[in-house]
Amino acid sequence: MKHAFLAVIALIVIAWLGSLVGLDYLFGVIFPYVAFAIFLGGFIYRVANWAKSPVPFRIPTTSGQGKSLDWVKQDKLDCPVTFWQTVGRMLLEVFAFRSLFKNTKAEMHDGPKLVYGSSKWLWLFGLAFHYCFLIIVVRHLRLFLNPVPAFIGKIEFFDGLFQIGVPVLYQTDLIFVGAVTFLFLRRVLVPQVRYISFAADYFPLFLIFAIAATGILMRYFIRVDIVSIKQLTVGLATFSPAISGDIGSLFYIHIFLVSALLAYFPFSKLMHLGGVFLSPTRNLANNNRMVRHVNPWNDPNIKPHSYADYEDEFRQFMADADIPLEKELPPEPEPEPEPEAEETEKPAEPAAEEASGETPAEKE
Amino acid sequence: MADTKVEQMSVNVVKEPSMMTGAIPRKDWMDIPVTFKPGNYCYPAKKSIVEYLDKGLPGLFGEPREWTVESDDWKLPENWVEIILQGMRERLDKFRSFKVFMDICVRCGACADKCHFFLGTGDPKNMPVLRAELLRSIYRGNFTKAGKILGSIARGREMTFEVLKEWFMYFYQCTECRRCSVFCPYGIDTAEITMMARELLHLVGVGTNWILEPAANSNRTGNHLGLQPHTFKQNAEFLLDDIEEVTGVKLNSLTFNRKGAEVLFVIPSADVFAEPGIFTFMGYLLIFEHIGLDYTISTYSSEGGNFGSFTNNELMKKLNGKMYAEAKRLGVKWILGGECGHMWRVVHQYMETMNGPPDNLEVPVSPITGTVFENAAAAKMVHISEFTADLIMHNKLKIDKSRNDHRIVTFHDSCNPSRGMGMLEEPRYILQNVCNNFYEMPENTIREQTFCCGSGTGLNTGEIMDLRMRGGLPRANAVKHVEDKHGVNMLSCICAIDRATLLALMEYWNPNVGVCGISELVGNALIMDGEKERDQDLRFEELLGAGQAGESGNNEEGE
Repeated sequence: MKHAFLAVIALIVIAWLGSLVGLDYLFGVIFPYVAFAIFLGGFIYRVANWAKSPVPFRIPTTSGQGKSLDWVKQDKLDCPVTFWQTVGRMLLEVFAFRSLFKNTKAEMHDGPKLVYGSSKWLWLFGLAFHYCFLIIVVRHLRLFLNPVPAFIGKIEFFDGLFQIGVPVLYQTDLIFVGAVTFLFLRRVLVPQVRYISFAADYFPLFLIFAIAATGILMRYFIRVDIVSIKQLTVGLATFSPAISGDIGSLFYIHIFLVSALLAYFPFSKLMHLGGVFLSPTRNLANNNRMVRHVNPWNDPNIKPHSYADYEDEFRQFMADADIPLEKELPPEPEPEPEPEAEETEKPAEPAAEEASGETPAEKE
Repeated sequence: MADTKVEQMSVNVVKEPSMMTGAIPRKDWMDIPVTFKPGNYCYPAKKSIVEYLDKGLPGLFGEPREWTVESDDWKLPENWVEIILQGMRERLDKFRSFKVFMDICVRCGACADKCHFFLGTGDPKNMPVLRAELLRSIYRGNFTKAGKILGSIARGREMTFEVLKEWFMYFYQCTECRRCSVFCPYGIDTAEITMMARELLHLVGVGTNWILEPAANSNRTGNHLGLQPHTFKQNAEFLLDDIEEVTGVKLNSLTFNRKGAEVLFVIPSADVFAEPGIFTFMGYLLIFEHIGLDYTISTYSSEGGNFGSFTNNELMKKLNGKMYAEAKRLGVKWILGGECGHMWRVVHQYMETMNGPPDNLEVPVSPITGTVFENAAAAKMVHISEFTADLIMHNKLKIDKSRNDHRIVTFHDSCNPSRGMGMLEEPRYILQNVCNNFYEMPENTIREQTFCCGSGTGLNTGEIMDLRMRGGLPRANAVKHVEDKHGVNMLSCICAIDRATLLALMEYWNPNVGVCGISELVGNALIMDGEKERDQDLRFEELLGAGQAGESGNNEEGE
């Protein structure tokens, strides 16, 4: 946590110093471009890299009744069998965090007695966090597009529906900060989660919190030169960036943190954004017995211990037990009655008793 | 039986300092070394077993040798670190699941308390997320820039002997049950991660005897118990006498390795070997006799269970290949499979891809009902519960439910049929039709949220009993709930490992609850042609109100 916190502080200080010594162009133009390029290139590289590895086996985690007999009701979304059912499962996963919605919390009581309670807070705040983030990003398109598309105005209108304060308070800002705070507090306060967390978990939270905080400061408290900002951002979007006027350090801190997030994104756990689409336990249909799934590296040379070898080893026993044979027994007068029994490959002592692993009392 | 008495264990799991009881380790998990002591590890594979397996699949099981787990010298090959890292590199290129799952975990912790081993031990390294981090930290340290540069700040680390010990400990405290995967927002499946880790461990010759010896047996004798063909046949036929004694009917339909049969029936071999599986086997035979199914059982492919699937995909494929090979040799039309969990994970999700069906197999059609099993159109293999449910649905079984009235039944969804297959309703439909007293366990412990028996994936071995009883606690606890509430005295399941392990688990936690397969209950309820008045069940236990249960009064489904 310490490292992650210091890293974000360092980013803030760097941007602040940069703006003080007049590196406006570096922080306002070059870093954003570089960061965006890293984000795009990195994201594509990571997804392509995952996609390069094949999916040898079809391994969906079935979370409901599969398709079997006609009269057995299939759970189409938790155990999809067709392409479109699978799309449905993925949409629910991506847009509604369906698996997380199932979350429970286990407690151990005297007895012993295990109790499982519903636990939907993580789902709720996780969903709030992601949707607010999305809406905020979309709202920011206002800065990059000229003229501003009508839908952005609509989003802003609904986001500020309660008309609190001037400028109007966006609910998403509030919820977003609340959700980030929740995710952070949960990570620190829930012992299990705290124990598994490390810098890569705290850093994005601190970074995103700092981005939100600087953004909110700019909008509600410390006004910056919005006209100059828009000039710069539209310039960025049209590849003709220009900086005019003194925009203010806060803006440079904000945009530098965003640049850091973009550049960091492809190399971090934030890639779950791309990865969730490639998760073989979710994006495959449960139609394994219906439709062949091909493993590109399937090794045809791996063959079972052949029946011929098996019969060679046990022919005498099989004959004695009236089990049908492929080949006749060798003629009787041979000196050794079971000539092939011993010479075949054979593990020493394949004792049934040992193999079952149970104490004798547990067996028949 | 477990070393710790149940009274003591009941206190331990609630009071001892663990993450389940609110105690948090002061040390970082990377700094907590693994200590092996008797009872917390499985015995290593015997040299002769590894030698045997190495002949079939060279290089995948490491150097055959005798070694001891508690020793600090595992007699690893000189370049074992290189072998592990090279093995990881290869598997990252072969399995997208592995690569994606290494990268995208956000450590949200939703999986943490979903693992039965975590719930039973409170050991932080049994949280699925941390189990994965054991491997992920090596991935980061060796295959990612951040991990290479930042080292432990980025939670990357070097592959050391301590890490190897950690892997051996905790990837053998995972039963690949996939419960965590249901709750993961990205579908990260610890079963995949454990499979990868075990493949890597085997590469350097770190494997357990309880997995590798049954695997070797399956390869050579056809079944994991090492029963040779004549013994296998004798065991099975011995049960015909029991059936005759209970029902008065002498079955004639059981054959072995018979060419030209319509159906090849593959069972988990324990079903001919030990209680209570043998009762399940008797149930199968009664069903087949009842409907006149033209089937045969193979001694060569006498194991449905696949111990290879607990080691690496190569041995899984090699062992599984016998089913199709035998189906081809015998010229059957399709394959029917018995009640077995991980067998069905392999059959449902791997078999068609790995071995593909031979040409002579046809899309399975029930010769009794005419039902076409479209869901098995490619793999040509049908689950006995699908088959039986279809028979009941079409009123093809004459059933006297009251013969199971002495059983108050609950149903344990086995991990693999529920989360690796989606088979939830068929067994329930059967149960509802063959017994009058059926009660579900609490909803967070059944269906896709079912809890493992605690001993799957080759952990069903005597030397780790305490661990197994802890891992099975969530399941046992849910059974206890319905035992207290409804008087449940029978835990039914469709898995052979369950039938062995739940038995031990019930003896320990809920000694008044028995364990049975679904087909046993079907067998009890079946009204056979020419049967005598039934006053005992397949276990020779008295029926409730024996002598009064007549055909006319209780026959629900008869034609």
